This record gives sequence, C-alpha cells and structure tokens, in this order.
Amino acid sequence: MNTFLQVLTNGIMLGSLFAIVAVGLTLIFGIVKVVNFAHGEFLMVGMYLTYVLTTWMGIHPFATVILVAPALFLLGAVTQRFLIQPLMSADDDHIQIFATVGLSTALINLALLVFGADIASTPASGLRTPLQLGPVRLLSGQVAILVASIAVVVVLQFFLSRTQTGRAIRAVAQNRAAAQLMGINVNWIYILTFGIGAACVGVASVLIAPLYPTSSGIGTYFVLTAFVVVVLGGLGSIGGAFAGAMIIGLIDSFAGFYIGSDLREVAVFGVFLLILILKPSGLFSSRLNLSHVSP
Amino acid sequence: MLRLENIHAGYGPTTILHDISLAVEAGEVVTIVGANGAGKTTTLRTIAGLIRPTAGKITFEGEDVTRLSSHEMVDRGITLIPEGRQLFPDMTVQENLLMGAYRKAARQHKDAALEEVLSLFPRVRERLAQKAGSLSGGEQQMVAIARGMMARPKLLMFDEPSLGLAPIIVTQVFDVIETIVKTGATVLIVEQNVFHTLKAADRGYVLENGEIVLADTSDALLHNDHVRQAYLGI
Ligand SMILES: Nc1ncnc2c1ncn2[C@@H]1O[C@H](COP(=O)(O)OP(=O)(O)O)[C@@H](O)[C@H]1O
Ligand SMILES: [Mg+2]
Repeated sequence: MNTFLQVLTNGIMLGSLFAIVAVGLTLIFGIVKVVNFAHGEFLMVGMYLTYVLTTWMGIHPFATVILVAPALFLLGAVTQRFLIQPLMSADDDHIQIFATVGLSTALINLALLVFGADIASTPASGLRTPLQLGPVRLLSGQVAILVASIAVVVVLQFFLSRTQTGRAIRAVAQNRAAAQLMGINVNWIYILTFGIGAACVGVASVLIAPLYPTSSGIGTYFVLTAFVVVVLGGLGSIGGAFAGAMIIGLIDSFAGFYIGSDLREVAVFGVFLLILILKPSGLFSSRLNLSHVSP
Repeated sequence: MLRLENIHAGYGPTTILHDISLAVEAGEVVTIVGANGAGKTTTLRTIAGLIRPTAGKITFEGEDVTRLSSHEMVDRGITLIPEGRQLFPDMTVQENLLMGAYRKAARQHKDAALEEVLSLFPRVRERLAQKAGSLSGGEQQMVAIARGMMARPKLLMFDEPSLGLAPIIVTQVFDVIETIVKTGATVLIVEQNVFHTLKAADRGYVLENGEIVLADTSDALLHNDHVRQAYLGI
C-alpha cells in the first residue's frame, strides 16, 4: 500500500512538471494557432537564465522568477512580432513550423556556444531535500512545482475568463475577423499571448532548474512529452493540458514501477495513441473552443 | 460624413472593386444593391479597414482614413455588423456584447450602453448568460446588431442582416433596424431584400461586377427599369 501511494505521488509530481511546461504551449497553439517547436528551447533559455542569475547573484532560484518570467515574455513577444507575424500572411502555414524549428536549432547552438557542452547545475537551495509526508517521500522542490502548476492554471483561467483583455484573447481565437471588427488589434493580441505562453515556461524554468541539470538538450527532453500532453488534453485547452499532464505522469510512474522502467515510454505512447484513436480531438473539448469556426 | 473616392480594392492580386465612389451623409440611410458576388461585402469590409484599398481615398468626417486599420476605424465611430453574424460562439451573450465595447472610449460607458441595447432588444436580455453559439439564427442576428451598437457608432453598417432567417424573423430584424434608423442613426446597409430596403433607405447605389452603375434616391431606383428587372423581379 505504501509503495502504491509512493508511486501515485511520484506520478502526480511528474504530472505537475509536465503540466507547467505544457500550459504555455497549449495557450500559444490555441490562440495564435502556431505550434511552437522552440518551446523546449524557451525552457532551456529560462533554465540557463536561472542558473546564471542564481550563481552570479547568489539569490534563491525561485527569486529569479521576477527577471526570468519577464525575459521569457520578451523572448516570446519578439518571436511572434519578428518571426511569426511576418510569416502569417504567407499562404503556406508550414512556413511557421519551419521558422520555429529553425529558432529551436538556433537557440540550442547559441547555448552550446555560450555554455559549452557541459551541464550547468543550479544550486539546489534546499529544494532537493526529501520530505516525509506520512508514508510518502518527496522533494520540497516537487511540492513547489505542484503548487505552482495549479496556480498558473488557475491564474490563466481567471485572466482569460474575467478580464477584458483575456476575453479579447478568447474572442480572437474564436473568430478572428469578428474580433477585428470589435476593434481588437489582433496582431497585438498574438504578441501578448505568445509572450504570456513564454512567460509561463519562464515560471517552469525557475522551478525545474534546481532539480534537473541544465544542458542545451534539456528542452528536447521535456517538450516531447509536453506535445503529447497538449494533444491529449485537447489543443488549446488549459485545463485539458493539466489533466493530460497528470494522466501521462501517472502512467509513466505506474508503468515504470509495475511493468519496468524501459517500458514507461511504450506505455505512455501506447495510451496516447489509444486515446487519440478513440477521441481524436483530445480528452477535453477545449475550454477556449478553438477548433470552432463560426458559420 | 463618409466619402469613398475612386476606390480599388480586392484580395491579394485580385482586384474586386473598380473605381468605387460613394458618400453617406450624417443621418442618412444608404443602401448598396447588387447581385451575389458583386462586391458589396468587399466594399463594407474595405470601409471597416479589414481590406486596404490599392488605390483611391476614403475620408470620414473630413479625415483621410484610407490607410487606417480596423481598430482605428472602430475608434473613429464606424462599426460593421458582418454578414453571417460572426458571434463568438463559446462566449456568453453578455461577453459578446461587452466585446462590442472593447475600445477604450466605449469601455467607459459600457454599462450604460448595455442598458440601452437591452432596452432595444428585450429578448436578448433573457439570453445574457447563454452561450452565443446556442442561440437560434434570429436571436444571433439580434445579438450581432446589439453588439455592433455597444460602441455607440456614428456610422452603422449592416451586411445582409436578414440572410438565412425565417420570414417572420426577417420582419423582426427589419423592425429593429427601422427603430435604429428612427433614432437618427447614420446607416449603410446591404440587403438581399432589395424592395424592403429601398423603401427604408434615402438613397441607393447599384453595384455590378465591382463597379457602381447607378446612384440615385431610393424612389428613383424603385422606379428605374433596370433595377425593377434585375433586382425587384418586376
Ligand atoms: N476572401 C476572399 N478571397 C478572394 N476572393 C474573394 C474573397 N471574398 C470574396 N471574394 C470574391 O470577391 C467577389 C465579391 O465578393 P463579395 O464582396 O463577397 O460579394 P457580395 O457581398 O456582393 O456577394 C466575388 O467574386 C468573390 O468570389
Ligand atoms: Mg456579401
């Protein structure tokens, strides 16, 4: 029983990690309708920033969020304004995919140039300290990720449903032309949304950096699962991404323990394919309902 | 108030509008009559700033607005109620209406504007909390009109407000538009129901293949042989 609870806890912790990486990705996809293949590299940039700020300034990794999140917002906004927006009028949507893949490669090589091939270890600052909660053990840093991922989802949902700017973002996703007629500056909304999505990954960076060593390849490691989570949850659905992340985290954890750690990915992708065959639009019809094209 | 001078516009390399000139004076109701594909929607979208003219000039209240984008046109007081209603389907009716008052100037009086439009559309009030996508076609059209009025525009443009609606609903939509007209609003309207619209309008333009072939008072157009044959089926 105690083992079961431990595996369950590990699954939830892993799920919240996937969730906080995936939320920004699904937001950008859902609103701007761009699959950001550089999302993992945004995470990498954020983690390197956390590493640099923590080691140079000697501050707690979490404190760097006040600089890392705005920096990532800027990176996202600039990506949308100067890379994606000029390509938006192109007839071929695939050009945007090539652009974000190109950006991802460029960021990886930039990281190699600046930091070399060695890993960078952000100080753990007590976040790798095991906590004993009844029968289960977990790291304080993992608890922080769980709390933060829930907070990010709640704040985003509140922003999107209760503020005028949030409503405008949803309006653009639901009917772009009508949004323009309301006087919404659609290009500006895209820039803002890309920035917010990237800022979310900035928040993820400062939480992940103390637990995982940073390297130029770290983005690829996380983002593949994030894509699975986003598709599983229903493209563009923030709550769906959270639930999808939890499902993937739990499958990963249980399959790893009860079937064998080599078969974790087989189980994850097996369930993923099964769900997609049964429900191609993802588990949760999007809260923003982005697939909906007006009559 | 609004003046188009020798406007050419279209989509990408295709020019749809050729040398369009038209004017709408304050307080007037003006209609554009034309067959399917003549370019009526393209004309309204160009005025709304969704399509940038390739040549020609648009002025509004004396200001050159040719190169302004749609959100700047909304700021100037021009609102287009688009063909096919174009609501935000997964937002509530109330949220849809609030989007109509999105711009800063409109936002300040959004509560008062909401009360105004709801008194004009009592049926909409009952639907405020419902998803716009769940309404009937007629109700959606009412919401689309109400949403357009939330910004208190100086010039209200309608594109085929009765399209796809049952006859009894069409009558209701026209009643609403007539009520709006009676308040002294300036209106530019495109409608398939030419007879009804010419009756309500002061003047009309006839658009064929992207060119204006006739411009006259509604009465004159109603008695014009070409208009009677081509658009009134008489
Ligand atoms: N988005 C578009 N892209 C290219 N051509 C278009 C587009 N919309 C309309 N057209 C073309 O422009 C012409 C005029 O269309 P439109 O202005 O919608 O006519 P109307 O409203 O009078 O029926 C038509 O030939 C139509 O095929
Ligand atoms: Mg039309």
